[in-house]
Order: sequence, then C-alpha cells, then structure tokens
Amino acid sequence: MSYTKLNMTNEEYSEYVKEKEKTSPIVKDCLIAFLVGGLICIIGQLIFDIFEKQYGFSFKNASTYTTISLIFIGALLTALRVYSKIGDKAGAGSIIPITGFSNSIVSSAIEHKTEGVVMGIGANMFKVAGPVLVYGVCSSMIIGFIYWLIKLF
Amino acid sequence: MKIGEQTLVFEKKPKILNTASIVGPKESEGPLSIFFDHKIEDELFGEESFEKAESKFTQAAIDALLTKAPLDKYMVDCIFAGDLLNQCIATGYAIRDSNIPLFGLYGACSTFVEALILASSFVNAGYYKRCIATASSHFGSAERQFRLPLQQGSQRTPTQQWTVTGAGAALVTHNNDRYKSPVVTHATVGKIVDMGIKDVANMGAAMAPAAFDTILTHLEDTKRKADYYDLIITGDLGKMGSEILIELLQAKGINISTNHNDCGMLIYDLVSQDMHAGGSGCACCATVFSGYVYDLLKSKKIKNVLLVATGALMSPVSLGQGESIPSIAHAVAIETEV
Repeated sequence: MSYTKLNMTNEEYSEYVKEKEKTSPIVKDCLIAFLVGGLICIIGQLIFDIFEKQYGFSFKNASTYTTISLIFIGALLTALRVYSKIGDKAGAGSIIPITGFSNSIVSSAIEHKTEGVVMGIGANMFKVAGPVLVYGVCSSMIIGFIYWLIKLF
Repeated sequence: MKIGEQTLVFEKKPKILNTASIVGPKESEGPLSIFFDHKIEDELFGEESFEKAESKFTQAAIDALLTKAPLDKYMVDCIFAGDLLNQCIATGYAIRDSNIPLFGLYGACSTFVEALILASSFVNAGYYKRCIATASSHFGSAERQFRLPLQQGSQRTPTQQWTVTGAGAALVTHNNDRYKSPVVTHATVGKIVDMGIKDVANMGAAMAPAAFDTILTHLEDTKRKADYYDLIITGDLGKMGSEILIELLQAKGINISTNHNDCGMLIYDLVSQDMHAGGSGCACCATVFSGYVYDLLKSKKIKNVLLVATGALMSPVSLGQGESIPSIAHAVAIETEV
C-alpha cells in the first residue's frame, strides 16, 4: 500500500467510490440492446427468406449466404465509421450478432493498417476476435466430446 | 529551495513569457474554443497515422509558441516534453528536426506540469535562460494504445473520459526580461498514491487521492489556506474525480468547492458533446492551461492559480497482470507579476 495522507484503507476507499459511482443505466441499455439485436436478427431473417423463397436456395445454402451477407454488411458499416456509432448506443445488441464479430475484425485491421500488411493487418486483425475464436472452438470441442460420451451409452 | 515535505520555492521567479495551444476537432467545438491558438479540423492533421498526427501537433505548438513569443529557435536552451505513447514517440519525432536539446518525460497526464516544474527549476538555478515545456496527446493514438480499436462498436461507461487531441506549450524564461508575465513561484512534486482502484473506465477515482495528497501537502508546506488561490485547477479528474477530491479535502477541513475547477470538465460541453465524465490526456491540462488559464492570468482576471495535473501510471500490461492504477499529481503555483 502506498503512503498517503488519506486516512482510509484501500477497501474503505473502494467502498466509497462504489457508492458515488454513476453506474450505467442497465434497464435502458438492455432495452436498446434487445431492440437493436432483434432488429439485426430480423434483417438476417429477411435476407434468409429472400434467398430461400425468392431464389429457391436450399435451407443450408440460404443460411450460409445469410451469414456471409451479414458479415459483409457489418464490415461495410465498420469501414464507413457507422458501426461504432451504433455500438455506442446499442452495446451488446450490436456486439453479440455476427455483424459485431465482423466489426471487431475489420476495426482491428483498419487500426493497424499503418504498420503494414503483414505485421500490421495480418498480426493484429484477430486481436479482439481472437479470444472469442479460441474459446469458442475450445468450448465446442468439450461439448462435442460430452455429446459423444452420452451417445456411447 | 525545498520547504516542508515536498515543495520547491523558486526565489528567482521564472517567467512564463508566453504559451501556445493547438487542438483537434472535438476540442474546437467545445466551450473553450476561442482561447486556443490553432484549431485543426482534420484529426489526422494531413498525416497517415494518429501517431504522426500527434507529433505534428507538438511541432505546431512549439512553432506557434516561437512565433508568438517571438523568439528564434536557436535561443531556446532546452525542451522538456512528453506524451502518452510508448517510448514517447510523439515527442521524439516532433523534436527530431528542431536541433534543440530535449528532456523526454513520462508522467502520463501529469506530464505538462512535470515539464513546467523541471523547466522552472533549471531556469531558477541559472543553468538555462529559456526553456519550453510541452505535452501532447491524441484521442486516436491513445485509444489504440490503452483501449480498443477506434471503429470497434463498444459502449462507453458514464465514468469514462475522452482523451484530448492537441498540444500545449509554455515558454519559461529567466526573470530579467522587460515584459510583464505570470511567474512560477512554487512547485509541489507528487508521490505515487495507489488506493487499489483497478477500473480503467474510472480514472478520476483512481487519481483523486493523488491530487488530494499533493494539494494538502502543498498547503501545509507553504502554510497557505485554500482560499489564497483564485483558482485551483486540476488536470483531468473529470466529473467523478473532482467530486471525490472536493469531498476528501472537505473531510480535512479544507474547502475548495468555490475556487476549484477541472480542465477535463472545462474543455468539453459534457452533455451536448456526450463526453461522459470529461476530457483526459496530457493535452487536456496543457491546452487548457496554455489557452484559457494563461489568458485569465494575463488579463488579470485572476491573480494566482494552483495548477495540479494528475497522471495514472498504468499500462495495459500491468492491468492485464492484475495490478491497480498507481497515480501521481504535481502542483505548480503561478502568479501574475505585480
């Protein structure tokens, strides 16, 4: 502990700060996140319906094309500097859908463009999305293993 | 001469002969806009990267200062400068072509006052006649180093602060020039204070105890009352940190609620510009002092000021390793010459 003239322990000070701290408006944030997240999913469903019903793609193909389209839209809005503005208001609503995943990769790529194509873009592109990928893959492996075990009996 | 625990007295009263400030787009829209010398609409300042832009801001601030003084470059004995970036690159590249000796400093957001104290000390001691104290920060380069990519769509918390884009510079000279200018009389060098706060989205709370400690020590060392100063201005405590500072001092029987203000709260309109808790960064204190506070002193609207800049000395690495935020605050007392 550092020496100071403040007659408070670190714990007392933390308590004091916590009491004073203006917390995020959770109800409002959740509501906006729900609406924006839902809207993105509706857009996804619309794209899916167009692919399936208008162009007659199979269910599997239509969902693949929908994913690709949403990723493209997320990347485009990031490059146009719009996605960060949506994110500032929508929070988790625009981070959780696949467009948010696309945003995290493209934003990192834009940020590190100045250090070159290999060590800049290449090495830093997955800086934010990397952990999601690593633990996403790991957890799906574990769940797959459990599923396999259950299937045995 | 040192008095009390941590305070220096400058008997020769080094002068702040002139100051210059240059800011980016967000700051130009803020309430202090008219006080800044140059306002740049392009946050990249015509450069390819934010880091290069920040260097150009420092360079432009020094150039503006030399033009305003007016002074030839070769008459400057030394520059005391720093910024927020790793290895202080904004400063290094900005001074590269100037052919002036440099002390590169890192005190996070307290850098400007640290530079001012050192420049005043060297001038007071008679080693140098004319020194420049300067500091810069840039929203783009700071976000990249300390937080997430700019275009990443994440939400900011209510206690979060916004890094000021810009640079401020002050020319400290020995006191036998003819011009009347504000003089530096005292400086209180801060100690590291760490109350265990780990939330980087609440720097104000982490740094407030450091400001408290330095202000209290300054008043004890100089045997002055808080109301001696027309203005006690902190660097970038923001809304939350300022409230804490006032309350902590109140508990010690010191009332600064009437003469305290914070550079981070002055530089932006917190509500209309959606700035949450206010501005931060080296340039916050540097530009507000060089633009606004210096103008108040020059026009005799106030006769003295205690400028207290606070700095949070953590890095993403230390935070990743579970460390709390060590903070520091340096104070410098400046008076108008009678």
